[in-house]
Amino acid sequence: MSRLLGIALLIVGALSAPFFVYPVLLMKVLCFAIFACAFNLLFGYGGLLSFGHSAFLGGAAYITGHVVKIWGFTPELGLLTGAASGAGIGFVFAVLATRRQGIYFAMITFGLAQMVYFAALQLPFTGGEDGLQTVPRRALFGLLDLSSNVSMYYFVLIVFLLVLCAISRIVHSPFGQVLHAIRDNEQRAISLGYHVHHYKILLFVLSAAFAGLAGGLKCLVVGFATLTDVYWHASGEVVLMTMLGGVGTMLGPVVGAGLVVGIQNYFAELGAWVTMIQGAIFVVVVMVFRRGIVGEVIPLLHGRLGKIRQNATTRIPLPPAAAASSNPAEKTALPAVAAASSVKATDGTP
Amino acid sequence: MFEIFGISSQALFSLLLLGAINGSFYAMMSLGLALIFGMLNIINFTHGAQYMMGAFAAWMLLNYAGVSYWVALVLAPIIVAFSGLVLERLFLRHLYHLDHLYGFLLTFGVSLLIEGAFRQKYGVSGQPFQIPDSLSGGTNLGFMFLPNYRIWVISASLGVCLAIWYVIERTRLGSYLRAGTENPVLVQAFGINIRRMITLTYMLGAGLAAFAGVLAAPIYQVSSIMGANIIPIIFAVVVIGGMGSIMGSIITGFVLGLIEAFTRLIYPEASAVVIFVVMVAILLIRPQGLFGVRS
Repeated sequence: MSRLLGIALLIVGALSAPFFVYPVLLMKVLCFAIFACAFNLLFGYGGLLSFGHSAFLGGAAYITGHVVKIWGFTPELGLLTGAASGAGIGFVFAVLATRRQGIYFAMITFGLAQMVYFAALQLPFTGGEDGLQTVPRRALFGLLDLSSNVSMYYFVLIVFLLVLCAISRIVHSPFGQVLHAIRDNEQRAISLGYHVHHYKILLFVLSAAFAGLAGGLKCLVVGFATLTDVYWHASGEVVLMTMLGGVGTMLGPVVGAGLVVGIQNYFAELGAWVTMIQGAIFVVVVMVFRRGIVGEVIPLLHGRLGKIRQNATTRIPLPPAAAASSNPAEKTALPAVAAASSVKATDGTP
Repeated sequence: MFEIFGISSQALFSLLLLGAINGSFYAMMSLGLALIFGMLNIINFTHGAQYMMGAFAAWMLLNYAGVSYWVALVLAPIIVAFSGLVLERLFLRHLYHLDHLYGFLLTFGVSLLIEGAFRQKYGVSGQPFQIPDSLSGGTNLGFMFLPNYRIWVISASLGVCLAIWYVIERTRLGSYLRAGTENPVLVQAFGINIRRMITLTYMLGAGLAAFAGVLAAPIYQVSSIMGANIIPIIFAVVVIGGMGSIMGSIITGFVLGLIEAFTRLIYPEASAVVIFVVMVAILLIRPQGLFGVRS
């Protein structure tokens, strides 16, 4: 009952929000929420830390901007093109990065994203340092004009809800269950006969497609695509949003995106202080708050406080892919890890 | 003066020199990253910030305290190494028992903090840094003009890299370090303080990044974004080389610096991405990296 009430309140809140808050800010939050949910699909549910998601956000923003502005695509076609280009870039990334595991995976995606950044800087259609300016929103399906911020807001809201449903569907599908198995014990999933490699690539492509959709949507909202979205700081920001909100939770990235974009917006005059605040939040989250806001709140709502405290250290959904590579520093300390690595050892030996 | 492939020898050799200089920075930085990764199992994202802090520490010592270049060259890495000590003791130490992605994310957050602070204070434009009098000027070799400072940078970094290689591969302390990388529990059982070794390794890596920063200061200007610019390249270098061997890191660093310089000569537009292109090629041909060991 209270759950229904909560959902009803959320819906009313979301519908009436543009009359209380500046709609462009809200739309930005929703775009970054899609972006963070896409990242969370990969990191939280697949255990793969990509440090190159800016390439999909920024790359797709340029491509959507180009097809809408120059080729006269309608917004929905522009967004599809954006998502497809995100998926395309993502496929290349995935094929290369899945050749290594753990921390190397993060570094490879980082390096590849840097290539996309330089491409965006030098290709003729991106406008270089100036970016792609004055992208029109046009009319949805050629019928529904989106130039007013309120109608655009509702369009963005619908896209956001569709993405959320799609991601929830993916996570809870049989495909999602296999991903869960791979995240928790890759060796065992392989021995059960799953093509782990293919699953990782497909997940990466899905995540990149949603990130591309977010980039295209953001380009339509603000009317331009610039180097900011394709620079590696955006890759770091999406990690921050997801960690702050709660890795591996459905709503965590949305909360995280709201907070991070809110901070950027309200402290914009403070210049580099925003970067410092983000850095400080990062440090606090990693040191003491690894479950994130939603990750902490959900169990509280369910009133299982005692149980959580017990599991607090082990329940963080992070990749075994990384843990699978030998880790001497782990061995120095702490029984909890000794236990974990002994589990690994038994997997290797019959 | 003579010409090779239609390029004057002056241009060719000064590009090679620049490649060797960049290569020496890549070598020192990737060596530090590999050392830290070997011991702490953490990829130190703060490495770029520590490189930048080294340059700034030297610049501040020169401008505010008026010390000589040579004193700054020694003091700045020590200062940054001690900031590394604080970072390791306060934060990193508490993350060793977790997945090492957390270490990566923490050091990323710390680098945002540090770089944000310097950007707030000094903006993004570069501060000029004078070459010390004793190293200014150069030698005319007939086929090219050889600036003394550049020769100094290459020889200093080669010297430091080889010294570190010697310490790790040939001394007792180094053998402890290698053993600690291999099996910390056993090393501890022999009565060696492995925690102190870990801290010292982190300080060494941070100090090395700072040393590279001081050497780089007169060549590139001292700016708050110099670390953010170099860190993606260093990561690519590390992926290319693999973090398995000390000498491997050094060689990979120098070779990639030279490859970058050659690209600048042949096809300048690609010089910014050539290292990442090499990374892609290596991933396709030899995924574990040139000197990496397949797990």
